[in-house]
Amino acid sequence: MRRSYIHILLYLALIVGVDLLTHALGKSYYLTQLTMSFYYSMVVLGLVLLMGYAGQISLGHAGFFAIGGYSTAVLSTINLMPYKEKPIIRLLESMGFLLMREDLYGARILSFNPWIGVITAVVLAGVVAYLIGIPVLKLKGHYLAMATLGFGIIVYRVVLGTPVFGEADGISDVPGFQIFPGLSINGEMDTKRMNYYIASAIVLVLLYLLMNLINSRVGRALRAIHGSEDAAEAVGIDTAGYKLRVFVLSAVIAAFAGALLTHFNGGIGPGESSVMKSVRYVAIVAAGGMASLWGGLATSMVLNFLSLRGYFGSYDDAVFGAVLILIMLFAPEGIIKIGRRQ
Amino acid sequence: MAAILKVEGLSKSFGGVEAVKGVSFDVHEGSIKALIGPNGAGKTTLFNLLSGQIRPDSGSILFKGIPVQGLSPHRIASLGMARTFQQINLFHGMTVLENVMVGLHLHTKTGFFSGMLNLPVSRRDDRFAKEEAMRILEDLGISELAYREATSLAYGQQRTVELARALAQKPGLLLLDEPAAGLNIKETAELGSVIKRIRDSGITVFIVEHDMSLVMKISDEIMVLSYGQKIAEGTPLEIQKNEEVVKVYLGE
Ligand SMILES: Nc1ncnc2c1ncn2[C@@H]1O[C@H](COP(=O)(O)OP(=O)(O)OP(=O)(O)O)[C@@H](O)[C@H]1O
Ligand SMILES: [Mg+2]
Repeated sequence: MRRSYIHILLYLALIVGVDLLTHALGKSYYLTQLTMSFYYSMVVLGLVLLMGYAGQISLGHAGFFAIGGYSTAVLSTINLMPYKEKPIIRLLESMGFLLMREDLYGARILSFNPWIGVITAVVLAGVVAYLIGIPVLKLKGHYLAMATLGFGIIVYRVVLGTPVFGEADGISDVPGFQIFPGLSINGEMDTKRMNYYIASAIVLVLLYLLMNLINSRVGRALRAIHGSEDAAEAVGIDTAGYKLRVFVLSAVIAAFAGALLTHFNGGIGPGESSVMKSVRYVAIVAAGGMASLWGGLATSMVLNFLSLRGYFGSYDDAVFGAVLILIMLFAPEGIIKIGRRQ
Repeated sequence: MAAILKVEGLSKSFGGVEAVKGVSFDVHEGSIKALIGPNGAGKTTLFNLLSGQIRPDSGSILFKGIPVQGLSPHRIASLGMARTFQQINLFHGMTVLENVMVGLHLHTKTGFFSGMLNLPVSRRDDRFAKEEAMRILEDLGISELAYREATSLAYGQQRTVELARALAQKPGLLLLDEPAAGLNIKETAELGSVIKRIRDSGITVFIVEHDMSLVMKISDEIMVLSYGQKIAEGTPLEIQKNEEVVKVYLGE
């Protein structure tokens, strides 16, 4: 436990250091890509738990990310003005579930409060993951990979082919998410720095929660399942139940990240749900050391930042594919082994 | 003595092989019962049926009066049955201490929520599991191995860790599948007294073992399996004198 607190202090120092450095170098626009990388890294952290600890692979986490992003995008951009007088709408408004705002052209729009969007995102992803996981995780082996691959393709196709989801254009003009007055997740220039700190703080809290979990009875049970499923059952661990709960948790984290990034970016497109995105997440987890939260986070921040800055050019997807192949060939346990137990 | 385990007409075949054929027997509470028989007789299969690892084709298993045939292994474990494996089955990537702490899974209750928030219940469970696991390791004389990776240990030590993990479950019935395999004479003798101590602490022991001197020394009752069928059952003395047993097993 001691050691994790030192890690946390280093993390904080690094966050502030990077902010000051980019500021000093006049490159504070880097903060935008770093903020995005933090949100993508949340997906990676959830997957570390699923892959590195429960030993299951998901090839559909971009699908959960997209469920999160699109849920809140649809709810917070839908215009309920025409139904304003309907009792149900008035009720929702009086309960604070709806928000009035003006679009770019000054027209008044009544849509759901982003809080509702984010909560819906998380609940929906949790329910979907549960429904996928129940039949599949009762079976031993890598059936989850296949089922989630199918799920990811379905989400991608649905998003591309459904007008509500903006088809190939996606959804834009998504408003910011005001967590409480003075603290908002949005893409405005003057809140760039605040958003960088919000994202890094959310990741830190997530890290702290997952680290606690790993060091608890639940974490030991998960590692035991990974170590020997038969023996884990024999000591009384409900292996199917644990795998299901980790899968749902990781899906919920992915959806939460998707919802937050959508508010930060002010929109979401179908590319976020593509299977290649899911493969990316898996490649990062593998490169980060499978069962290492810190390794996964570090790898994710670096690779996502470089990718978002366009360093990989048109080889972007190929880079992640190559990373995955190299890891599987030469270091199936991952490169970064430090802090394995964290 | 009451029966902690009552098995009736238990059968299981794999394809054409009838591994266990209509086997019925009782295990009496507080006793050490041994299961012997030639290689491939179906002993491990019988254990796997009892612990829920595989489902029987027919027959019934009453554990503490509860029908358990067809239940999943973790449900059966939660009723108080623990086991070790013929092929050592430790959690790789975990220390000896952690392996034994996992054995206390059913005696702790931290869930996802309290684990993530590190609530008092989680800290209490950790402390309890650690102390309890340490106590068991000390009891078995391997506490100095607590922080070693379990699967990196010598064979005999790994067997002891498996035993420690099973004891951590505080079972009513303990199934041991060839615990002396790979142990030297001294280790086997120590194992014998450990098993007796386990029985005296109130845990019923059902043991599969090839080492006849060990079996004859510790068992209250012995059952013999051959080609999936029970061919004899009785005290060590009766078994030694049983002609059929001598023919199919002891004599070879
Ligand atoms: N999963 C399985 N699939 C197919 N056949 C099996 C399986 N498990 C056991 N058998 C067969 O069932 C028979 C009984 O095997 P089992 O392992 O129960 O014997 P055993 O008495 O434990 O032997 P040993 O003393 O060698 O451990 C053998 O013929 C074996 O090949
Ligand atoms: Mg066997």
